[in-house]
Amino acid sequence: MTENNNNDNNEAGDEKPERVVGTPSASADERVVSEASAENESEHAGPYEPFETHIRSEEQQRRGEKMASAWFILATLAGIAFVAAYFVFPPNAADEPAIADPQISQYSNMLLGGTLTLAMFGIGAGMTVWARNVMPHYEVHSPYDELPSSDEEKGSFSEFFMKSADESGFTKRPLMRRTLIASMLPLGIAPVVLLRDLGPLPREALHHTPWENGRRMYIEGTHRALRAEDLDDDPYGMISALPAVDDDRYPHGISLDDQAKSVILLIKVPEGDWKDGMNDRVSEDSDETHMNWTYNGIVAYSKICTHVGCPAALYERTTHRILCPCHQSTFDATDAAKVVFGPAHRGLPQLPISVDDEGYLISTGDFNEPPGPTFWEYQRGGGS
Amino acid sequence: MSKTTQAPNALRGVGNYIDDRFHLAKTGEKNLRKVFPNHWSFMLGEIALYSFIILLISGVFLTFWFKPSMVEIVYDGSYERLQGVPMSEAFASTLHIDFDVRGGFLMRQIHHWAALIFVAALVIHMLRVFFTGAFRKPREINWLIGVAIFALAMVEGLFGYSLPDDLPSGMGVRILQGVMLAIPLVGTYISMFLFGGEFPGDDIITRLYVLHVLLIPALLLALIVAHFMILWHQKHTQYPGLGRNDKTVVGTPMFPAFAVKAGGFFFFTFAVTAGLSAFIQVNPIHLFGPFAPTSITSGLQPDWYMGFMEGSLRIFPNWLDFTIPIGAGYPIMTAVLVPGLVIPGLIFGALALWPFVEQWITGDKRAHNIADRPRNAPVRTGLGVAGIIFYGVLWMAGANDVLSETFSIDLYLTTYIFRVMAIAGPILGFIITKRICLGLQRRDRETLEHGYESGVIQQLPSGEFIEVHKESSDETVEVLSSKRDPSSTALTDEDVDASGVENPDARKGMGKFRRKLAHWYTKDNVSVQGLEPHSGHHLHHSQEHLSEEGGDVER
Repeated sequence: MTENNNNDNNEAGDEKPERVVGTPSASADERVVSEASAENESEHAGPYEPFETHIRSEEQQRRGEKMASAWFILATLAGIAFVAAYFVFPPNAADEPAIADPQISQYSNMLLGGTLTLAMFGIGAGMTVWARNVMPHYEVHSPYDELPSSDEEKGSFSEFFMKSADESGFTKRPLMRRTLIASMLPLGIAPVVLLRDLGPLPREALHHTPWENGRRMYIEGTHRALRAEDLDDDPYGMISALPAVDDDRYPHGISLDDQAKSVILLIKVPEGDWKDGMNDRVSEDSDETHMNWTYNGIVAYSKICTHVGCPAALYERTTHRILCPCHQSTFDATDAAKVVFGPAHRGLPQLPISVDDEGYLISTGDFNEPPGPTFWEYQRGGGS
Repeated sequence: MSKTTQAPNALRGVGNYIDDRFHLAKTGEKNLRKVFPNHWSFMLGEIALYSFIILLISGVFLTFWFKPSMVEIVYDGSYERLQGVPMSEAFASTLHIDFDVRGGFLMRQIHHWAALIFVAALVIHMLRVFFTGAFRKPREINWLIGVAIFALAMVEGLFGYSLPDDLPSGMGVRILQGVMLAIPLVGTYISMFLFGGEFPGDDIITRLYVLHVLLIPALLLALIVAHFMILWHQKHTQYPGLGRNDKTVVGTPMFPAFAVKAGGFFFFTFAVTAGLSAFIQVNPIHLFGPFAPTSITSGLQPDWYMGFMEGSLRIFPNWLDFTIPIGAGYPIMTAVLVPGLVIPGLIFGALALWPFVEQWITGDKRAHNIADRPRNAPVRTGLGVAGIIFYGVLWMAGANDVLSETFSIDLYLTTYIFRVMAIAGPILGFIITKRICLGLQRRDRETLEHGYESGVIQQLPSGEFIEVHKESSDETVEVLSSKRDPSSTALTDEDVDASGVENPDARKGMGKFRRKLAHWYTKDNVSVQGLEPHSGHHLHHSQEHLSEEGGDVER
């Protein structure tokens, strides 16, 4: 298994003089049957040919037995320790060290794992010592089977098969054969049909988000509605926000599906930093420009990367670049979030924003393009 | 030795009971006598097998407590730091395994470590088989089964990684979904059907769970059993050596020696896995926190075997993206499709096809039981190394942010470096490896011809100093002289046959192409055919020996 025979050949001493190299030992399988009569080969009476069996010296075997036993005893003790370790730390006990405490959990893990390792290692080491010191070293010869069958066998098989096939009528009665095959076809389609209800058709689902005219926004992870002034105080000029939805069915007040597509980055951009791309129209069938969709230097982009959907959560204030930490698509916040580096296909969709009568930031519609990973029909229909 | 021990009555009784019903005495003895060649590289597949067994055991344990549910709950369990945090039941039940089930943490870690080792052992085992040509006839089908096991193991690992629903695992699923969406025409349909709606939906963990614990393991188990049965039937390949040839295998018999060694090795594998799990933390989901589609952390790394996918997603640029100008316009995202589908397709496709491509080039239809020494198939070895480098560069690129931070290299610069390396690395690797192989071949030839350098310096009467060469052992001579020259039937067929008719193969495009490949595959070789071992003059080294291959210059 683990040893290189090249070396063992020499070290084993027995030079197997009886055997001529490359002699076909075709009768190996038969040979083993009449093995018992090989006793005339000196004192050896093992199951394999003496010249293939390099017996260890009695001293080595004795040493091996002691070593192997020592390992097995160690393994036994470690196995007992494993069982004991299980009961040292109870789960979630009051006023006692319990594995609910991460630190204790670590100790428990190390104690259980350590004893298990020792037990396993002890058995493995003992068995290896046994194989290497007590057992002989074997160099048993055995023939590779001739794989292709003989021509007679093949011919006989083929003749039998075709005769049987003919007799069954399968080859001679095409109407029956073809109708049988035809009857299988609908059944082949059946599993595909059965899977239809795995999910809804995409339709326009990916084109729409909960953002709509007048929707306020919560700072992500809270239920505090954002005001335009909040961006002025923020040292990094960037806040992650979600639509202000309070649905009791969800712990966050908004489903994960809706979070996944409606999360936005609000970024405050100093007056002179805007680039020309902001004057482009937000989409071909709209008169609005990207700049029109900002409010008081604040711009809102989808936080979900258009590459494969990680949140593009890193914002570099000095360069106004938005970076996705997964695959490093980089978008320029001052230039309609166009791609400046990395694998993303398109810029981040923009959300039109404004403030309501009470000074809270609101969206005035949906994104200009479907947010999230870019998909085949993203430019079709939907949008705002 | 002493007398053979009589089989104990109980054992004899059981044996007879079974044999009365199955007639197994002869078959049983034949199989217990099965011979396993000795070489350390044959244990790599064993590690994979044993890791799979560990995965099955630890996996069953985990299913007793894990709840594959995406129902959102507010955590109220034993782990204090996440109390009051909304999370899926899947994540909460994983915390339960970690902090309420004794040994649960250990079993989760063992399961994860065993998965990492399983795929690693698979890959290294596969490389061993590739480089030694053990995939050749009659073992091509077992090679294909191996490739299928490799592909399934990756998917199985990815799905398992996704189940606890912690932050990195959810992000892995998100990336998977993003890649699906990029598929032309049907992307959104595939995604909606798999997720039961939009991302993340309520179903994906339940569905991945069934695939992870039932369907894929069943397939893996079936394939592994088939792999093993074929191996058993065809027997192992063996390395060249005294007494070993394509007709005779030499090694350790199953019973008693191999059974004990392999049994011991199973325990070693388990011990290493348990040791890693005890002392090196892997996937601490309680520190990552539950998945939220709006959150991310930098420095996220997938399990190692998904690294090449992650890397290719990072470095493949969007320069080739285009939009089909029909109607509103339909995008083709090469920056997602190539890394997500084409590159894995190429890697697995190349692996699956190589045995047949090589057979087509060489026209070699013989059965091979003696493994090649990698140096003796320089083109194959070079291609293998090129493949490793390609995979390795992509794999490292999957950690370009970590590398960038650790070594203070500009992040975008690392991307450019990896883009160049992904193309130049394999080419350089091929050339260098092939040269090394040929160099080793020359050394082999020299050793065969002149024996080995003894380290003894002698002065000749002429005053010249020489190093005395001594005769190599019979084993070495056998190994070295077992080398066969690479050949191809495409080259041995004459262009024009005896009656002056041109070989039709030489004219057709495919035939020409095959001849070119055959020439490329066989042209560089240091032959040992017809060489007398130790024919070199041990004491007359003053003249130069120049073999016809050139370069074999010796003073």
